[in-house]
Amino acid sequence: MPNMNMVEAVNSAIDTMLSRDKDVIMFGEDVGYFGGVFRTSDGLQERHGKHRVFDSPLSEGGIAATAFGMGINGLRPVIEIQFADYIFPAYDQIVNEMAKIRHRSGGEFWCPVTIRTPAGGGIRGGHHHSQSPESQFTHTPGLKVVYCSTPYNAKGLLISAIEDNDPVIFFEPKRCYRGPFYGDPHNVPTWSDHPEAEVPESHYKIPLGDARLAIEGDGCTVISWGAMVHVCEQAIKDSGVSCDLIDLQTLVPWDVETVVKSVTKTGRCVIVHEAPKTSGFGAEMAASIQERCFWNLESPIERVTGWDTPFPHTTEWDYMPGPDRVIEAIVRTQEN
Amino acid sequence: MSGEQGADPLYVPDAPHRPGDEADFVEWPWSPGDVGRPEIDCEASETVDLAEGLVRVLGDDNKSSGDWDPKLDPEVLIQGLEHMMRLRIFDDRMMKMQRTGKLSFYMRSFGEEAVAIAQTMALEERDWLFPTYRQPGAQFVRNRDMVSMICHCIGNEMDNVKGRQMPVHYTYKEGRFISVSSPVGTQFSQAVGVALASNYKGLDEVTITWIGDGASAEGDYHYALNFASIFQAPVILNVVNNQWAISTHKNFASKNGNFAVRGIPYGIPSIRVDGNDFLALYSVTSWARDRASKGFGPTHIEVLTYRAGAHSSSDDPSRYRPSDIHNHWPGGDPISRLSEHLKEIGKWSDKQHEELSERIDSEVMTAYKEAVKFGDLANGPYPSSDAIFTEVYEEPPWHLMEQWDEMKRWRDS
Repeated sequence: MPNMNMVEAVNSAIDTMLSRDKDVIMFGEDVGYFGGVFRTSDGLQERHGKHRVFDSPLSEGGIAATAFGMGINGLRPVIEIQFADYIFPAYDQIVNEMAKIRHRSGGEFWCPVTIRTPAGGGIRGGHHHSQSPESQFTHTPGLKVVYCSTPYNAKGLLISAIEDNDPVIFFEPKRCYRGPFYGDPHNVPTWSDHPEAEVPESHYKIPLGDARLAIEGDGCTVISWGAMVHVCEQAIKDSGVSCDLIDLQTLVPWDVETVVKSVTKTGRCVIVHEAPKTSGFGAEMAASIQERCFWNLESPIERVTGWDTPFPHTTEWDYMPGPDRVIEAIVRTQEN
Repeated sequence: MSGEQGADPLYVPDAPHRPGDEADFVEWPWSPGDVGRPEIDCEASETVDLAEGLVRVLGDDNKSSGDWDPKLDPEVLIQGLEHMMRLRIFDDRMMKMQRTGKLSFYMRSFGEEAVAIAQTMALEERDWLFPTYRQPGAQFVRNRDMVSMICHCIGNEMDNVKGRQMPVHYTYKEGRFISVSSPVGTQFSQAVGVALASNYKGLDEVTITWIGDGASAEGDYHYALNFASIFQAPVILNVVNNQWAISTHKNFASKNGNFAVRGIPYGIPSIRVDGNDFLALYSVTSWARDRASKGFGPTHIEVLTYRAGAHSSSDDPSRYRPSDIHNHWPGGDPISRLSEHLKEIGKWSDKQHEELSERIDSEVMTAYKEAVKFGDLANGPYPSSDAIFTEVYEEPPWHLMEQWDEMKRWRDS
């Protein structure tokens, strides 16, 4: 099985779907001739033709609206919003249009669009190339929200997203495109030799709604998504505490069964995300977990998140949750 | 501070006529035959006179003339007249139903009946319609059953949108009439995507869409023009300039008052057409369809008309404009103009008009009585509230199933 980094895995997923289904097309800013600023569509235009993989004007609202129209008229568009920070001109089209069309038309029309967008920090991108706006979409009925973390799940989840008949927002942690990120900016490994970088060239799917149990343990449940999954892995290793690490993968609908089973077993829970704390998806998780697992909880549910501030440039390592903050939270859950 | 003493420090435009004013519209300088009909492969720059002028076919003498005369069979004109009369009578009846509490809300197309009807009649049945709430008349052209339209407006158990949308937010896929959305403008840019999908599939289908003068200030209008032009989409982009967006005059959407010319710098051939002239609308739309179908791309059309009625049943235009103002509109009334033309050519009479009017009125009443058999607003039956949870996704995920069960527990207890 070939070793792929996340860029290659995303590319392979789109390539696979372009080959299998003539209704799949891809467009967005710089994705055509050039192959995307992160190279995720490198070579796809040459391989599948200009009419299937093409550049669009710099117009996120227009990209989303055009994809909506194509979607309700039988195509299965995959669009790229170059950075998640730039998705907001498309917000009305996504929230009021894509997410509502099946319902508002009594099921006459639907919109199988996949919106891919690189998100999260760790690349010195400042506040407009680093945000992680997933909770601005998890609050919208009608959308599915996916956040991959490894090459293997990037491809399997992206294929599921493209084949899904509902609109899916697909976040790719840009910090992890070329390697896992363990929270140390001075140690930047690549994906080579990583087990999650073994990616089949053929078609495979990871069902939307299924979490991945990345590490198994019994002392605490650590839940995360995106780049923070790897930070949590490092933290768990260094904490000396036996933990379940749940990589949520899909935020809407999230895998309640896996989470409840784990927290019921461990009685302790830490939720970690890069996005700001207030109204972050961690708040939804914490509320739902206490509803279901209250009598099994041995200590308060901890949240380790980005601050409620704009994302900084040169000081991003003091913004992004690192292993030390996660370790402290894990240890705190053990105190009672 | 700058400016003259007493002048407002900030310039804010105003409407030309306010309550109590006499409506003194400038007489139109445009007549039928003023502007020629270019070849369908023309460039945007060749349409400047069409965008700055006004395509008219019906003259003040009720005769048709000029290059744009579509020379339609009188039977087609009578059909168009019937559709427009049906829409007006239907609207009047539904508004009465709203006023007596039988509908929660309503929106008439009063004064703008020709727009969707003439334009849809000029298209092929396979062409896609992407309307706003002011183009419901297209459904009559596409043979939608009136009973089903009324059921939607009531929101009863036969409402095909299952009690989810306000009245007049129709969807009718069988007639390729795409679901109406309240956020004004979104359909304009989406229509370009619909058209490009037809292109991609190699089908000879054209998409037509409409936006108001007010919503043309939204970004979606500009996305649409740019994408349509760049990707040469087979789409007909209409700005229906009915002068008003609720109480906001078109002076707040355009400084120079001309919407048509905006298409030209985008590289899209652009035309302004008299929106109360059935023949001119039909003709301009046929031309645009022909262009789109033969691969020459989009056409941008300003449909010049006047919103004769209120924005909706919740609006009272006497608060912001003279109440009789629509009677002074230089474009007159679309139904009178077509019927006068038909009389002029000896194909219509007052008696026929009256008979048709009565026939339609009884058709509407019969349809209404039929529709309320499936439920009225006060007593239902309404669509099952299970429809709150269905079709949010193709399959309801667990969290919706859980909440659905909870809703059922309260509802059924």
